[in-house]
Amino acid sequence: MSVRTLEVDGRTITALEGQTVFSAAWDSGIRIPRLCHLGGLSEAGACRLCLVEIEGQKKLQPACLTKVAEDMVVNTATPALLAHRRLIVELLLAERNHVCAVCVLNGACELQDLAAQLGVDHVRLRPQYPSLPVDLSHERFGLDHNRCILCTRCVRVCDEVEGAHTWDVAGRGRNSRIISDLGEPWGDSGSCTSCGKCVQVCPTGALFSKGRTVAEMRKDRGFLRYIMTAREKKLWIS
Amino acid sequence: MTQTAPMSNKPRFATVWLGGCSGCHMSFLDLDERLFDLAAIADICYSPVADIKEFPANVDLTLVEGAVANEDHLRELKHIRAQTRVLVAFGDCAVTGNVTALRNLFPLEDVLQRAYVELASSGRSPSADGIVPRLLDRVLRVQDVVDVDFFLPGCPPSADSIFDFVATVLRGGRPAREGRRFGA
Repeated sequence: MSVRTLEVDGRTITALEGQTVFSAAWDSGIRIPRLCHLGGLSEAGACRLCLVEIEGQKKLQPACLTKVAEDMVVNTATPALLAHRRLIVELLLAERNHVCAVCVLNGACELQDLAAQLGVDHVRLRPQYPSLPVDLSHERFGLDHNRCILCTRCVRVCDEVEGAHTWDVAGRGRNSRIISDLGEPWGDSGSCTSCGKCVQVCPTGALFSKGRTVAEMRKDRGFLRYIMTAREKKLWIS
Repeated sequence: MTQTAPMSNKPRFATVWLGGCSGCHMSFLDLDERLFDLAAIADICYSPVADIKEFPANVDLTLVEGAVANEDHLRELKHIRAQTRVLVAFGDCAVTGNVTALRNLFPLEDVLQRAYVELASSGRSPSADGIVPRLLDRVLRVQDVVDVDFFLPGCPPSADSIFDFVATVLRGGRPAREGRRFGA
């Protein structure tokens, strides 16, 4: 596989042909923010947090869906991009009912961490306070739509790794919802294997294990690398 | 609005408690011996932890805990803003509405019915007869009512972050926004 050389934030880095700008940057220690990307899953381009500027292109591009090219010049953290990212986080926080203080994942949430990292100390937009359900029909897990950011990690891990494809997205725009099977309660799903992969990859407290109260839950993201390494390299190492 | 120059020799400092659980003030009290340091550099002219009835005039810096949940909060906050040079939304309820605003998911009448009739033995919803302030239809954030100069999120903000924040503002500085967290 041939090597490509490109410039990211003024640094010359090398990447493999076919690699995304996102993963090449991370390999070089340039941590582009993200909420929908998760190593081992396909890319969705859903959260738009990894938008970057590429010289010669007018539109911003999602780094997770953009392949590296020779002599490409990428900027990942210009003032304009940082402003966009802050606004994206504010839009996410305003859209549903993210009340960190009473969340199982308080203190270990990717959305909460990202807000702090980007300096989102308040939300300029008016909160929407939508009335959203919490599905507690599954024996071991719960789905709180109030905390869902529609990153679709759960949809992808269920389809691509577990092979069940219990989850999908229904509706459009602000009415979009994660659904199990054809919209029945999770506990009634005929396809769900109760493996819990969706719970572990969820970046927020939207998918959680029952029996945990405020700030008690911690998610294990290492399991995915373990499974993917085993699948691809036939090696059971973490 | 936002000050850039250092404050007067001994700036006047106030804290107020609107629709919140007082947890932010508990965290403020966790300054412990640093409360003496604070008293040395600022005149603590009004606070729920000091026995002063009326919010005074000419306050340099006010921390506002809590969301705006009733008519008293609304009136008080507008008065405070008019008397304050630098106003800070102090803690998640002031900044985001937080737990106080959870009731915004439901109509006010349903919330009162649930709290005072269905779950209580008295079986009567409180009426707006002037004894308790009337609840607003929707809980508002501090920024929905008045201009806010700085935001200090957290449920509650830690004592360390409160001290650093207040000391920075009293010196005329701008506290960094990065690293402040909603929730814990």
